[in-house]
Amino acid sequence: MSTQDATADERSDVTRAEYCVIACAEAWRGDGEILASPMGTVPAVGARLARLTFSPDLLLTDGEALVIGDVPAIGATPEVVEGWLPYRRHLSMVTGGKRHVMMGASQLDRHGNQNISCIGDWKQPARQLLGVRGAPVNTINNPTSYWVPRHSTRVFVDKVDMVSGVGHDRAAAAGPSATRFHELRRVVTDLAVLDFETPDRTLRVRSLHPGVGADQVREATGFPLTIADDVPRTREPSAEELRLIRTVIDPAGLRNREVRT
Amino acid sequence: MSPDEVAGRLRSGMTIGIGGWGSRRKPMALVRALLRSDVTDLTVISYGGPDVGLLAAAGKIRKLVAAFTTLDSIPLEPHFRAARQRGDFELTELDESMFMWGLTAATHRLPFLPVRAGLGSDVMRVNPELRTVTSPYADGEELVAVPALRMDAALVHLNRADARGNAQYLGPDPYFDDLFCDAATEAYVSCERIVPSTEFADAGAPQTLLVGRQSVTGVVETPNGAHFTSCMPDYGRDEPFQAAYAKAAADPDAWREFTARFLSGDEDTYQAAVAAFAEEGA
Repeated sequence: MSTQDATADERSDVTRAEYCVIACAEAWRGDGEILASPMGTVPAVGARLARLTFSPDLLLTDGEALVIGDVPAIGATPEVVEGWLPYRRHLSMVTGGKRHVMMGASQLDRHGNQNISCIGDWKQPARQLLGVRGAPVNTINNPTSYWVPRHSTRVFVDKVDMVSGVGHDRAAAAGPSATRFHELRRVVTDLAVLDFETPDRTLRVRSLHPGVGADQVREATGFPLTIADDVPRTREPSAEELRLIRTVIDPAGLRNREVRT
Repeated sequence: MSPDEVAGRLRSGMTIGIGGWGSRRKPMALVRALLRSDVTDLTVISYGGPDVGLLAAAGKIRKLVAAFTTLDSIPLEPHFRAARQRGDFELTELDESMFMWGLTAATHRLPFLPVRAGLGSDVMRVNPELRTVTSPYADGEELVAVPALRMDAALVHLNRADARGNAQYLGPDPYFDDLFCDAATEAYVSCERIVPSTEFADAGAPQTLLVGRQSVTGVVETPNGAHFTSCMPDYGRDEPFQAAYAKAAADPDAWREFTARFLSGDEDTYQAAVAAFAEEGA
């Protein structure tokens, strides 16, 4: 039996984490010769999958200062170094725009404002998180996507406590210099794929992962969410994609630690 | 110089820049010397790691300028987190690239440099002193004017240095240590080994000579002086020790024990205690 034919119905052997990997990989489809900067395990598996399949020109790093020429398993040491990207040059990739980052988000609102800095009042936060890190420079300069391993009302909130990554409303309010290169591409969660392809550029569901209902996503989202009646399912992985994920990129199954099944 | 002599050159109330990045090639021996000194009330400028955590735990920071404070393999520095949640010090929270351009402006003796980063974000809200600048050219773009991050003193750690202050990094990333030294009135370089200048060429190509003696006030030989942060290729991060540090930092009683064991003597005492800790784990 050819598993590649199983596109209409969900396949019992594909895990939720694997649908997430496919959805993350899709974020980089058509990106050409730019740096894929995944943050988190599932996005890292997705970026490597995209590189090995439909986006072969993507650049990848070892997570530190080296651009790697091969595509080793997650956690393995690369054998080929094709470039040097210390932090100072990485920041030039960001501002030069030849990069598509997929960041995490402790909070995300319907306009795409993201918070990784702190929860509560910034002056004396209830919970100090990472700080803004590079979220302001990323969002205003190169395509940005988000990865949310646990879709919940704690993450998808009406208003974020500290705008680290800039959303559409805030970019528009800040003027042409802020919108010039601003592009929020996708939000991938453990339940669905979302984007901002609506007239007012607010979040909508682009696809639901197999086994996930629209109401489940609405209940896990802290603001009204557009989900079309005919919203598609996240696509099935091909047999070759499954082979690459399971035996080449993530044989240790690290993806399953990030996504509960 | 010795680490304690460096600390002796610093004064309370100074603005001090600390090189490295997160839990990577931090001048930890110099930070430990600061902990032993009575220098306090500092404005600290850092891509923060355990340097910030230790100074925060000791109550020596009046104001921090940073984009993050992290232990890398442990995403959040526990002392930094606790200090922020207590409201212990002022914070200037900048984006990572704003920070770099602030250092760059200082090295060029410019009052500011224009950047796109920060626009639309709450970095502008929490730092109401930040201003924008409008391009005088046809584009008319309005950008953020990142102010120069000048500092009274910089502390950095590199792999090799000569006695005059030329210093060499041998790992994959220079971080921003040259900018810290150039942006400071006085800069102190600690290194794994002080070598004759004639040995630089054998260790690496000329572009590994990151810091020039014209920007350096004093040189200190501190073997394992970045511990427990990484100092590639001389050594990686001491993950078991860092984990013990983070665990102790989360509990006041455990932190008193940690301080008594590791931070109550001089640098040699620290290194001996670290060696003993490694023996226990082996």
